[in-house]
Amino acid sequence: MSAEIPGRAVELCIEDGGPHATYQALLEQHVLAFQACSGCLSAIFPPRLRCPRCGADLLTWRASAGRGAVYSSTVIAPRGQEPYAVVLIDLDEGYRMMSRIDDDAVAIGDRVVVAPARAGSETIPLFAVEGARR
Amino acid sequence: MMHERALRGRTAVVGVAESDLGEVGPGITALDLVEQGAGRALDDAGLSIGDVDAVFSHSAFYGMPTVTLAERMGIRPRYSDSTATGGSSFLAHMRHASAAIEAGLCEVALIAYGSNQRSASGGLISSGQNHLPSYETPFAPRLPVSAYALAAARHMHQFGTTRRHLAEVAVAARRWAQLNPAAFERGELTIDDVLGSRMVSTPLTVRDCCLVTDGGGALVVTSAERARDLRRPPVYYLGGAEAHWHTGISQLDDVTVTAASESGARAFDLAGLRPSDVDVVQLYDAFTINTLLFLEDLGFCAKGEAGDFVSDGALAPGGRLPVNTNGGGLSYCHPGMYGIFTLIESVRQLRGEAGDRQVADARVALAHGNGGMLSSQVTVLLGDASTV
Repeated sequence: MSAEIPGRAVELCIEDGGPHATYQALLEQHVLAFQACSGCLSAIFPPRLRCPRCGADLLTWRASAGRGAVYSSTVIAPRGQEPYAVVLIDLDEGYRMMSRIDDDAVAIGDRVVVAPARAGSETIPLFAVEGARR
Repeated sequence: MMHERALRGRTAVVGVAESDLGEVGPGITALDLVEQGAGRALDDAGLSIGDVDAVFSHSAFYGMPTVTLAERMGIRPRYSDSTATGGSSFLAHMRHASAAIEAGLCEVALIAYGSNQRSASGGLISSGQNHLPSYETPFAPRLPVSAYALAAARHMHQFGTTRRHLAEVAVAARRWAQLNPAAFERGELTIDDVLGSRMVSTPLTVRDCCLVTDGGGALVVTSAERARDLRRPPVYYLGGAEAHWHTGISQLDDVTVTAASESGARAFDLAGLRPSDVDVVQLYDAFTINTLLFLEDLGFCAKGEAGDFVSDGALAPGGRLPVNTNGGGLSYCHPGMYGIFTLIESVRQLRGEAGDRQVADARVALAHGNGGMLSSQVTVLLGDASTV
């Protein structure tokens, strides 16, 4: 890993509430945020107060480019609904998250890109296979 | 400070029992089943309520489980432990009880569990409402099965494991269940039946998933000294270890390697044993992938080789390694947290009381519990009198 903090610095317009509130507020602006440790340079997700790798109290908010690769995938086909894939994605900045891809042909290793979507009153970070028509 | 190895052989299980299992019907509560199993385990040990001075329990149905159970049974314990690590809790209780007894904090420990999830809801009842934000549930995984499916899919991708390998696990469990009158599912089951059954969350079908049943059970644990004067052959605690690395599956760095690799290695070291010393194995098979992962992580075969290891009925009666001799969570009983049943079956095998499914000359048993999404792993090694 190169010795620099991953991701792009986030200009925070919202600084009220805890780590999750900040993450969600950024997501509402379509910024897929994560944290980076200024101490050990690890990418940290989900958001928290201290680095779980080195314990430092030096977490800064960063914006992910929203691109990565599928690490694992499982397809669920509920009765009367289109099948969808629940996936684990390794983001290029060096962290992993769960998401959903509305394409049951997605395969491990596929390159994917974030596609924020509304779910009830909130925005959630769905993904799509890179190059696929949305 | 004493070394944990000093616990080896110092405590023993002196009573075990199941509650009524399967579908107990309406009008029976989870607490009824806990009390029933606990009462039967005390009867098995030849001990009474007044002898019990420590209570260990966990429940998805009510809070303060040890306090609730103690009131129900009229126990006034001086030691109380509600360690809640999901289905592995009861194996953690076993280790904690052994340490507490050796330290003089208590003398007779009751470990008990019960669930009426099948009669109450027909589905899994999982522990504790969670009021925290989730970084998984917004994506509509079917938990817990999808978490295990993600591990299975990655294992297949990385090691060439197949759905047929997974099906071998389900078929072996069913063949053991056919030898256990207490098992819930005893009908014929073939590899093709598993492969052809309804897909739940790829690659796992309904036959790759554990049962949804009612049921409970209990163990009574005491010092080796006191165990000598009781009615049952003591089954000695040789070593145990706990490990957990994550809660949600998205936070397990390599989903093909669980914390069982840590708990297993530690438990074997404490017991002074190796996997080749184990005569009978009870693994927490909530899903078929569990059995593959745990066989690898506990050292019965190398990482990535469990598919071949389980092929051709290797885990079934008469096979290479007797695994889940009661029929497991897949065919015998799974009330939501299966861990206690790995210990109960281990004790029965080591006492030679397992009837048609008895493994010849069983002297060392391994019980392994899992909780959450492959999260909490607890390994316990038990032995008969020849091992201490």
